Amino acid sequence: MPRTQPLRTEAIVLRQRPIGDADKVCVLLSPAHGRMEAVARGVRKTTSRLAGHVDTLSRGTFQLARGRSMYIVTQAQTLDAWPSLHDDIDRLSLAVGVAELIDRTAMPDVGSRSLYRLTQESLARVAEADDPAAAVRWFQLRWLDQQGYQPELDACVRCRAALEPAGNGLAALEGGVVCPDCHRAGAGAPLSSTAFRLLRYMRRSSFDLTAQVRVNRAAASEVDRHLSALVEHALDGRLRSSSFAQALEGAARGARNTREVDHAAV
Amino acid sequence: MQRSPVTAPTLARLIDAFHRLPGIGPKSAQRLAYYILRAPREEAEALAEALLEVKDRTQLCGVCQNITDVDPCAVCSDPNRAAETICVVEEPLDIVAIERTGAHRGRYHVLHGAISPMDGIGPEDLKVRELLARLGDQGVQEVILATNPNLEGEATAGYLSRVIGAMGLRITRLAHGLPVGADVEYADERTLREALTHRVLMDGEPDRYEAR
Ligand SMILES: [Zn+2]
Ligand SMILES: [Zn+2]
Repeated sequence: MPRTQPLRTEAIVLRQRPIGDADKVCVLLSPAHGRMEAVARGVRKTTSRLAGHVDTLSRGTFQLARGRSMYIVTQAQTLDAWPSLHDDIDRLSLAVGVAELIDRTAMPDVGSRSLYRLTQESLARVAEADDPAAAVRWFQLRWLDQQGYQPELDACVRCRAALEPAGNGLAALEGGVVCPDCHRAGAGAPLSSTAFRLLRYMRRSSFDLTAQVRVNRAAASEVDRHLSALVEHALDGRLRSSSFAQALEGAARGARNTREVDHAAV
Repeated sequence: MQRSPVTAPTLARLIDAFHRLPGIGPKSAQRLAYYILRAPREEAEALAEALLEVKDRTQLCGVCQNITDVDPCAVCSDPNRAAETICVVEEPLDIVAIERTGAHRGRYHVLHGAISPMDGIGPEDLKVRELLARLGDQGVQEVILATNPNLEGEATAGYLSRVIGAMGLRITRLAHGLPVGADVEYADERTLREALTHRVLMDGEPDRYEAR
């Protein structure tokens, strides 16, 4: 086998899984190489110098050698550790949703700078924005656009009538909004005018502008539901991490006065 | 695995069985099988017996869910182990590691895994219900979350602290910090940040949790 040059790339660690006794496989998103799998050796040992630099949900520069079946991480240096993703369970849950979507749809050897930038910016926003859920909403809409599932928000997907805000429905299977007539005839789930306006505003505005819009909880969770339906239609399957988000929500309902986790040394 | 046609089928079957074990490659599997072949019959019998007994005789402790021969297990039935403190771990082997330190005099609870949001593994797939049932009754004052410092361990600890938080118990988590023997200059950003945030006082008694 010819010896190949080590490959240097910036990448985001989307997820990891254990392999062998002390190794992990890191699933990476690289701007130039798309989705990559690379073995990080010995990172489950406490003595590993590499372990902290290949953490899930971090961004770094990687040097990779081509192994027999997978890349091998030979060096890594963290650029963004996004500590708040790991300190705050709600942010963690949202960030995992972003990572899962990219993990399941990014292709090996298909580099996409725009997808990489969207992923990086979205994880940074989930880590830092006042309303991290808004960052995920904006991410999902842009992800749909990039995947070619841009939801139709201007004309009824059934009859092509121009849309007004009131009385519409959202038909995930058909890829967008249906007019009041088609909705009354049975198409789509109800779409409130607030949710419709928010979707349209998100479509034409930057995240920073979108983040300034104050939406009530009901409208926000309605938009979340519709976006999830659109995303799951595009994925052709369920978003697995959403069940963790639901479990957390259930736990929060049962425990309104959550205490801080202290630290102890055993 | 490629196998020579001259290998006897019975031997091949043993090689295959070893090869299925974690961390055993085809070469090691072959070596182990030939070792057993040449070993005295008693040694083979002892191994076979041990294998069957571990399947027949062990069970999960009805209290802490650790693997045990007797229910409740030795730790759960030991009156000298503080019942007020429960250390929650992902796997039985984690207990072995913590016991070696001798620094935990309380009890344990084994989850048998960790929440993995991306794989759809949730609290209902772990021994969480059994843990919450223990906390409901008398005596428990502190829960130490000793899950791994990775995404799955963090998700598990975060979920549990939210659920347990409502019960008025003290919840602690293992400190993250520099590994013993490591150089500061090689530490990654998050570890160093955690180590700084949870730094300890040098004079007098270290600010360390002591099990009651
Ligand atoms: Zn229509
Ligand atoms: Zn027990």
